[in-house]
Amino acid sequence: MDSIVCIKRVPETAEATLKIDSSNLKLDEENLVFSINEADNYALEQALLLQEEFGGDVTIVSVGPEKTDEIIRMALAKGATSGIRITPSNLEELDPASIAKLIADEVKDLDYDLIFTGCIASDDGFSQVGVTLAEMLGINHISMAVEMEAEEETAKINRELEGGLMEKFEVKYPAVITIQTGINEPRYASILGIKRAGSKELKVVEASEAKAEKVKLEKIYFPPPGKMAEIFEGGPAETSGKVAEVLKTKGLL
Amino acid sequence: MSKDIYALAEHRQGEMRDVTFEILTKAKILAKETGGSTVAVILGSGIDNLAESLKSYADKVVYIENDKLGHFHSEYYQEALKSLFEERKPFLMVMGHTSVAYELAPSLALKLDIPVITGCIDFRIDGSSVYSVNSVYGGKVNAEYSFNSENGGIVTILAGSMPAEEGGLSGELEKVSFSFDLEFEDKIFLQFVEAVAGEIDITQAEKIISIGRGIKEEENLAMIQELADSIGGVVACSRPIVDAGWLPKSRQVGSSGKTVKPKLYIAIGISGDFQHLMGMRNADTIIAINKDPNAPIFGAADYGIVDDLFKVVPALKDKVAELK
Ligand SMILES: Cc1cc2nc3c(=O)[nH]c(=O)nc-3n(C[C@H](O)[C@H](O)[C@H](O)COP(=O)(O)OP(=O)(O)OC[C@H]3O[C@@H](n4cnc5c(N)ncnc54)[C@H](O)[C@@H]3O)c2cc1C
Ligand SMILES: Nc1ncnc2c1ncn2[C@@H]1O[C@H](COP(=O)(O)O)[C@@H](O)[C@H]1O
Repeated sequence: MDSIVCIKRVPETAEATLKIDSSNLKLDEENLVFSINEADNYALEQALLLQEEFGGDVTIVSVGPEKTDEIIRMALAKGATSGIRITPSNLEELDPASIAKLIADEVKDLDYDLIFTGCIASDDGFSQVGVTLAEMLGINHISMAVEMEAEEETAKINRELEGGLMEKFEVKYPAVITIQTGINEPRYASILGIKRAGSKELKVVEASEAKAEKVKLEKIYFPPPGKMAEIFEGGPAETSGKVAEVLKTKGLL
Repeated sequence: MSKDIYALAEHRQGEMRDVTFEILTKAKILAKETGGSTVAVILGSGIDNLAESLKSYADKVVYIENDKLGHFHSEYYQEALKSLFEERKPFLMVMGHTSVAYELAPSLALKLDIPVITGCIDFRIDGSSVYSVNSVYGGKVNAEYSFNSENGGIVTILAGSMPAEEGGLSGELEKVSFSFDLEFEDKIFLQFVEAVAGEIDITQAEKIISIGRGIKEEENLAMIQELADSIGGVVACSRPIVDAGWLPKSRQVGSSGKTVKPKLYIAIGISGDFQHLMGMRNADTIIAINKDPNAPIFGAADYGIVDDLFKVVPALKDKVAELK
């Protein structure tokens, strides 16, 4: 069973202090750490699990700058077979449909049963690339997979709905499955895997100017300050003392 | 091109979903601006009553009945909506950014060759352009995207980002007959699968001490449990804690977990992403402990401590013991 996994390089922003670049179109990347998008790490693991069960190749595809090689190599270290990095000259102008088109052009002639993507990229939060890619390739898709039982030609998949409810679908390959976090336990790369990754194939496609599709990013900005909590000042003893007092006054102890 | 704003009504297991009223409210406001009508679109089987219930929210309720639409299936939905769209050419179609839209919106837009912006928290129309506000980078930054909607477009809005108002309209019902030429046998809906109930029902708890990825290691949960015990609350969490297998799914607060409304919610090491806030923002008193002063959780909280949770939590436990 051959799979393709689409992974995206994204900045880790949860704990970082962010600055906006003077273009107002992207973050100032200077002090940011980048890694594989969270959901894509689960997508990769799902492909590796199927590879262990059924054999076959796992091909990694990522559209991004040269530094994307780091996350592709890490995926190769975990056991993926080979990688493709696509670097168009106008990366920043591209909407999800343009990204999907670049991926579709690159993978359409490959042999594959399944294409895995994350269900959402943690930076733009669009949840589009996987489903768009499926439509471009003319194949089935299931989004937000949280459980998957795969067989040779079909899979039963639980999609996540709101509030913890799920719906079970059966889908025939070829198909795109977009993976939600928590579906499996992503592995770490072994030292040996990291050594081997260096000699695996990583194809680089320097796409010239890619066609920018219909949606344009106008600007990014910090959300206007809204309602804000009353922040207690001082060391842990003081601040926690104030919280405890609030609890007591409100009858919450 | 018409000036009409269409909104896709979402229903599940016989019930209209709240997001439907949010997007219809937004559609109504926009339709006033464009001078078009607000049109609610509902697809399904045996949905007369549901269609009826939308009349006060729209100028027109278009409903497509077919057995194959009995359960949400993106391919059938896509076929039906594509044909409706091509025939009536709405200016814009609004959907909730929900599990329905994830599966449907991007491929429908591609099929129609029209633009789509997903997951916005607001948007506006200016002439033939649509401008969105998207919350990106975990809620720390906003982005504005735009597209030209001359040939139509699709926008999906996060559920809970807009208020739902009373309708006040009296729309006419229009039943559209639609038959499918194709059977989508390669993708079949089998059944709903309910979430497993937990040993503790956090929706019933008056006090919730909730933990997020800031806890770092599973062992550190013991410290949170101790704090919860001393306050007399239960421990809940954000999604990554469940993904890691440290707490059962039944303890997850948020859009894909539980919605809670306790008297007290203490969020510890939780950034406050939209999906989490959806599940707890209506708690009476919210206290956040986070070392990042810019964490969005402080926008939802009443009181906050900006500090290392590993210092604050033990201190808080002691103070609580003193004051009890
Ligand atoms: C369709 C969908 C549904 C989702 N449903 C849910 C849901 O139901 N519930 C949910 O919670 N999420 C949900 N998510 C995930 C959500 O988008 C966020 O990824 C998640 O809420 C982040 O969890 P977190 O705040 O614990 O982690 P992070 O965002 O990583 O934040 C960790 C926080 O801990 C702080 N921190 C770190 N160390 C310390 C320390 N020592 N002291 C103090 N603070 C510290 C950091 O500053 C940071 O703010 C969903 C996502 C999708 C796409
Ligand atoms: N630049 C990219 N390169 C490869 N895959 C991507 C890229 N952008 C998005 N994806 C895939 O599509 C998923 C959804 O992304 P998005 O539509 O941006 O939310 C991600 O989780 C990735 O699997």
